[in-house]
Amino acid sequence: MSKNTFGLVARFDSPAAVMHAAEEVRDAGYKHWDVITPFPIHGMDAAMGLRRSLVPRFTLIGGITGFTLGMLGIWWMNAYDYPLAVGGKPMFSPMFAFPVSYELTILLSAFGTIGGMFILNRLPMHYHPVLKYDKIERVTDDEFLIVVETRDPKFTHDGARKLFQKLGAKEISELEN
Amino acid sequence: MSQAQSQSSGAPILHGAGVLREVEPAVLPRPKLVENDRSFAWITDKVMGIIEAPTPRWWWWCMAVAAFTASFTVIGLAYLVSTGTGTWGLANPVNWGWAIVNFVFWIGIGHAGTLISAILCLLRQKWRTSVNRAAEAMTIFAVVCAGLFPVFHTGRVWFALYPGFLFPFPNSNGIWPNFHSPLEWDVFAISTYGTVSCLFWYVGLLPDLATARDRFFAAGRMMRAKIYGIFAMGWRGSNRHWSNYEMAYLLLAGLSTPLVLSVHTIVSFDFAVSLVPGWHTTIFPPYFVAGAIFSGFGMVLTLMLPLRSIYRMNDLITQYHIDCMCKITLATGTMVGYAYAMEFFIAWYSANPFEGFAFINRAFGHYAWAYWTMISCNVITPQLFWFRKVRENTALVWVLSIFVNVGMWFERFVITVTSLARDFLPSSWGYYSPTVVDIFTYFGTFGVFSVLFLLFIRFVPLMAVAEIKAVTPQADAHAGHGHGEAHH
Repeated sequence: MSKNTFGLVARFDSPAAVMHAAEEVRDAGYKHWDVITPFPIHGMDAAMGLRRSLVPRFTLIGGITGFTLGMLGIWWMNAYDYPLAVGGKPMFSPMFAFPVSYELTILLSAFGTIGGMFILNRLPMHYHPVLKYDKIERVTDDEFLIVVETRDPKFTHDGARKLFQKLGAKEISELEN
Repeated sequence: MSQAQSQSSGAPILHGAGVLREVEPAVLPRPKLVENDRSFAWITDKVMGIIEAPTPRWWWWCMAVAAFTASFTVIGLAYLVSTGTGTWGLANPVNWGWAIVNFVFWIGIGHAGTLISAILCLLRQKWRTSVNRAAEAMTIFAVVCAGLFPVFHTGRVWFALYPGFLFPFPNSNGIWPNFHSPLEWDVFAISTYGTVSCLFWYVGLLPDLATARDRFFAAGRMMRAKIYGIFAMGWRGSNRHWSNYEMAYLLLAGLSTPLVLSVHTIVSFDFAVSLVPGWHTTIFPPYFVAGAIFSGFGMVLTLMLPLRSIYRMNDLITQYHIDCMCKITLATGTMVGYAYAMEFFIAWYSANPFEGFAFINRAFGHYAWAYWTMISCNVITPQLFWFRKVRENTALVWVLSIFVNVGMWFERFVITVTSLARDFLPSSWGYYSPTVVDIFTYFGTFGVFSVLFLLFIRFVPLMAVAEIKAVTPQADAHAGHGHGEAHH
């Protein structure tokens, strides 16, 4: 096996098979491995032993920023920098500042959510060894992969291959870096 | 069973409960979301086949007609900008005419897209997966059409997009926009709505763009593979990604839900915060939101039924989908009818002579024709959806959906124009009619919308392929263990 190998990849043809296989790979104690599926499979996070996603933290930061920006900004614009007397209304009141602050809360929460998702997923990443898999067009269609990376401390070529064979993989191959 | 029997014999008062325990809960068959048990690959081929196939001839014909129609908006707006807003039919006392009517009409259309993508996602209505992509596209294009009207109503449109008018930059006197005004709230509501709708749509598209990229690559069409690849951001279907993706999608649904409700609420504030009789009512926010969803579902049906038959998508958009959409149209149409009745009741109950006059005038005044068009299209038409025979007649559903669109346009016309044309002072009363420029501009927006929608169906996967696969029975990884179905 050359040093240039990214990992060993096994192909499965049903969600149930790949789910079962993922549970076994998790229990075998691998750390640097992944399941590649064309759609999200319900229960796969638990089968892989993944923790709850951290995206909500980005959302919260975005939301707090948006609301604060709205309230402070409107106070600064209409009550401080150029006080605007309209219809005998107060220069600033959280009541009339609320709709805009509310919209800004949602806007920046949404940007936080999407930004957080991209940051946590390390995307965009236009080059990745998995994308060089020779049947990748099947993997974004109806096939399922499990990839165990060579950098995993527990990785041995024979060990991973034996595990995949035991799990009933349709095809086992190496992925180049 | 024995426990139930002993209870029913021992304590007569529990007899009813005992019987209930003996009766098995009815197992209602779940309607299939994809008919004929299609495989994953069939779904991919069906949807991706549309963007991979050569451009069909009908598409070019439709595009030509749509582009021609859109040119009316271009002409109308060019004439407006070069001459002035006086070319619109606005004059005292009606200073808000077709522009605001069309704006509210188009914004309302958009609301069904967000309802399907966000609210139905939170409610776990799995049937949304077949229609959400197209409905969200409809939302974005409707917001584009809506945005044209207020922006061009400013007259010198370059100032609207320039610092100081709509967005918070100080103008040449150093004055900031007036945040006391609902019109300024509207600027934020609409721009947030447009932006978040685009983000939501794009996130939903990521996995399908990756599928398109890989299929074009496998077929050796490198140019296409590169373009779709750039937009796919290197998505590779990793479950570590799906985990964050699904969380982000759920959060965006959670954010879009209060957003969509707030957008039409704020649009209704444009009217309700004023003192004009017929506008100054607290029922406006919920009534506008219900009307928006009603009109939006009308438009979804108008668009999806022809697409379903052109692309033979009957297995993906089933009778069940049409039933669901008809029922939502029925429910929201009935809410709108209730709001019309309640407005009348409150106008009488408030004992305010101006309010009372405004509503009598709506129904029996100079604009009675518009009012009764509205009532027949919005209140009577959807009641036909009570009947299964009607819901199963696709052509009839399509015709009724057009009536809904027409009716909702008239609703905004009635609200805007009847109240302004007969305000407090009889000496300033008037009768509003649109000019040719108004008509050109509005007519053309259907072309603008159609051009955008045609581009969408040609170049973007029409349905959320990954999401549809995820709701099929074979996607359930627990089914093989024999304990999956009962829990879901």
